Amino acid sequence: MSDVKDAIPARLTTVFRDVFDDDALEVHSAMTAADVDGWDSLTHVRLMLSVERAFATKFTASEIGRLKTVGDLVELIARKTS
Amino acid sequence: MSNDLFADLGWLPRAPADFEARLRGLASGAEGSGLQLLASHALDENRLVKVARYLAKARAAGTALSPLTPFTLGVITNSTTDFLCSAIAGTSPRFGLNVTCVAGAYDQGLQESVDPRSAINAARPNAVLVGIDWRGLGLRPTTRGGEEADAMVAGALAHLNAIRAGIHAGSGAVCIVQTLAPPAERVFGSLDRSVPGSLVSMIDAVNRGIAAAVRDSTDILFDVDGLAATVGLASWHAPSEWNLAKLPFASRLLPLFADHVCRLLASMSGKSRRCLILDLDNTMWGGVIGDDGLSGIRLAQGDADGEAYLDFQQYVLSLRDRGIVLAVSSKNDDLVARSPFREHPEMRVKEEHIAVFQANWNDKATNIAAIARELSLGLQSMVFVDDNPFERELVRQALPEVAVVELPEDPALYARTLGASGHFELTALSREDLDRASFYEGNARRAELQKSVGNLDDYLASLDMEIVLQPFDEIGRARIAQLINKSNQFNLTTRRYSEADVAALTDDPTCFTLQVRLIDHFGDNGMISVVVCRGVGGERWDVDTWLMSCRVLGRKVEQMVLHELLRHAGAANAREIVGTFIPTDRNGMVAEHYAKLGFELARRGEDGSTSWRLTVPGTVVTPPPMRITRIGLP
Repeated sequence: MSDVKDAIPARLTTVFRDVFDDDALEVHSAMTAADVDGWDSLTHVRLMLSVERAFATKFTASEIGRLKTVGDLVELIARKTS
Repeated sequence: MSNDLFADLGWLPRAPADFEARLRGLASGAEGSGLQLLASHALDENRLVKVARYLAKARAAGTALSPLTPFTLGVITNSTTDFLCSAIAGTSPRFGLNVTCVAGAYDQGLQESVDPRSAINAARPNAVLVGIDWRGLGLRPTTRGGEEADAMVAGALAHLNAIRAGIHAGSGAVCIVQTLAPPAERVFGSLDRSVPGSLVSMIDAVNRGIAAAVRDSTDILFDVDGLAATVGLASWHAPSEWNLAKLPFASRLLPLFADHVCRLLASMSGKSRRCLILDLDNTMWGGVIGDDGLSGIRLAQGDADGEAYLDFQQYVLSLRDRGIVLAVSSKNDDLVARSPFREHPEMRVKEEHIAVFQANWNDKATNIAAIARELSLGLQSMVFVDDNPFERELVRQALPEVAVVELPEDPALYARTLGASGHFELTALSREDLDRASFYEGNARRAELQKSVGNLDDYLASLDMEIVLQPFDEIGRARIAQLINKSNQFNLTTRRYSEADVAALTDDPTCFTLQVRLIDHFGDNGMISVVVCRGVGGERWDVDTWLMSCRVLGRKVEQMVLHELLRHAGAANAREIVGTFIPTDRNGMVAEHYAKLGFELARRGEDGSTSWRLTVPGTVVTPPPMRITRIGLP
């Protein structure tokens, strides 16, 4: 299970790079929307929907509402895909 | 599975893995046509956003985007417009358009439309998409009887008509009015259909009202109700996404929605396609007419495969009846290709329905260019269907303006896939449209071929072909015997051997045998050629049998086989290879096979048979671009 969780940041990076159209984007667990250019509410929705599709899972609105950092997102994905 | 056809735009080829790199690297001066080519693949929402951003940047920088036609589209909805706008703009190059979307303020449809100085009206759009769904039209279920329901329906229609009137007065733009998709949640169950105050009944009434109002005007109908039903209401509506961000329907369907909107814009811009070019073997009937004959092709009631092709023909005929011109491009002898049209009792499409009938052994790109010229219709008017991915990709590369439909493996889904492609979508039907097909018909004529189109060598090199060469063996025996007994067209001598005969040839030290398999990036074509040479050990090798599947014509497999024969004949110190052509009523296509390979005519018999010679020492045949795998051969 920890192997699967370790793979999440790498897969998530691919999704981020696709949504933000930036091949050089690196994500880290303390990252927030303030750290990335163009991460507005519209892009946030696109990002959440893309993450759902990439990990074949669905988030509830309240789960999305509680996310503050990329680290929180990784935890959420790990929980939903275990 | 069907959902994937629609949600994933299955009729379009998959996007290349390096899509983003290609988008960034579009050649200067050819951005418009480059975009159109990239957009002709199936693109997901994120890729559509990238194309939309590219268009916006290009317009801001003043980059010419010809041949894409500029189009301004106003968008009025009661949902978050941004998602729709970027999907529509990003899809538009697929249809030869460069769309700029102007969005109304959130849920301000009526106000924006009636104010002549609103952003939408001031932009003087070519069209305005009026996409208000049932939630924005004051519809609420009522059990208080028909009168209250009628009042709500009338109110909804009045709201939409006020928006349309406001747009017409404010900017003169055409309105593209969406019908409403009912929610997937029922209150009664089956009774929702008949209780007048149910949402289902009221939405049905509103949709009928929209269709009637639009029919009597110059506005355009966009049947979202029909589209949602096609993918399924439960797939269309996504309550979580509406709650999260007021997305009007599942974001996964944005590419599909955008494709449908752009079809309407394309039709308004005169870009609807008008001609369907059909392959024949395994597209219009099961099997290969040249090999299987009239009694062998599958086209009949009572046969699952045969019924699939009948359905497809019926669909093609209904397209023709609404004015789509039909043409044929088939790799076949002309008379052989026409024989089912003339003699098979089950053919639905008849010879007189075909405006231009190209059946020959030349490549399809050159033939399609000839069809377009003969009909005086541009390549952008053409849609091509062929079950063979090799032919599809060849035409896509040589003639990018032709729309080539990705057909599924199962012929039962051909009609659905062609229908889903929407290449022939029309926004208004005229008498002229309906009669168009018959103007072109009459004599199923042949178009003269002019210079060849496209670069075949480059295309072949791109297919990553691998040829696998082995002598006959026990594992291949049944398939070898099958090919020997079934092949009629590409068969030089038509000698028939039983499995026992094939076993004997395998073990005969005076025979050189080859079974040839071809693999390319579309998949494994299996065994596609069989060769038997006699006289091993002597100075002269005689080609007893040389046959090939017509499915791999035009790929230079014959040159590869000759290259291999020369290799082994040379190693065995043979001095010449002799080939024979024995004519039958089916194998006329290979009369010049040996001539094309550089053999010299040695003898011509009275029965039309010919004998050809090729010197072995010193003869070099350049192998075509293929990887070679030898099994059991030195």
